[in-house]
Amino acid sequence: MKTFGAILLAVCSLPAVAQTPSEISAAYAEQAATSQPGFSASADHGRAFFLKKWNVTEKMPSCTACHTERPSAAGVHAVTSKPIKPLSPAANPQRFSSPAKVEKWFRRNCNDVLGRECTPGEKADFVQYLASSGGAQ
Amino acid sequence: MKSHRLLAALLGLASIAAYAAAPPAADAGAAWKEECGSCHVAYPPRLLNAPGWQRLMQGLERHFGANAQLDAQTTASISAWLQSRAARSDGRHDAASLRISETPWFVRKHREVSAANWRDPQVKSAANCGACHRGAERGNFEEDEVMVPDSRSNR
Repeated sequence: MKTFGAILLAVCSLPAVAQTPSEISAAYAEQAATSQPGFSASADHGRAFFLKKWNVTEKMPSCTACHTERPSAAGVHAVTSKPIKPLSPAANPQRFSSPAKVEKWFRRNCNDVLGRECTPGEKADFVQYLASSGGAQ
Repeated sequence: MKSHRLLAALLGLASIAAYAAAPPAADAGAAWKEECGSCHVAYPPRLLNAPGWQRLMQGLERHFGANAQLDAQTTASISAWLQSRAARSDGRHDAASLRISETPWFVRKHREVSAANWRDPQVKSAANCGACHRGAERGNFEEDEVMVPDSRSNR
């Protein structure tokens, strides 16, 4: 009966509950550590990753092409010109609160900008940067 | 004791089923607004015919140069919602490219817009409805809310 109750509880809690940016970064860091023992997320690496000119495509050469160089600023979609709300949780409290949404946007935008999926380490660093004071600028 | 276990099992199954079922119609509209309005204005369903929407939703991984894939149930739900509100299939709202801006209806409606207007940096592309249709985010494309930007006069 106890096992059954535990399973039932687990099943009922399937949809991801809201999390904080730090929790989301920590989850990615844990994933990264499985292939890179001792990995810990670095906001500095995350900032460098964010600013890097990947130049894989003409329209979206970098993350900043849409998000600008300041995570607290509103951005504009490089192709459609649609306004994009700030990336920084400090400026936009909804950012990095839903693991499912975070994964969706990593899946799309990493392919758009890097031409490949981002590694768990890159994701951890990036979220760490945005959660930090550097990302609030 | 046995009936308690049965009840718990049924509750468990019911909760799984609730999460697994496709979102009802009201939620499909909300899903459309969120998913289809995240990179561009959520183009109203009446701008394309049902076969067009069906084809577009079946090819989200190659959505005009981007991968806009969603999970299967959200895709099915939004697709049905769009098709139920689509334009009539009479050719006016049809385009081989699936671009709304290339449908005969759109071309005719925008025949007074000059090439210079389309090229204006404040407009950039026909996908950018909001540049001139100030009520686009609210789904309002009426002429009384149209203001064409003119970079030459710094308006």
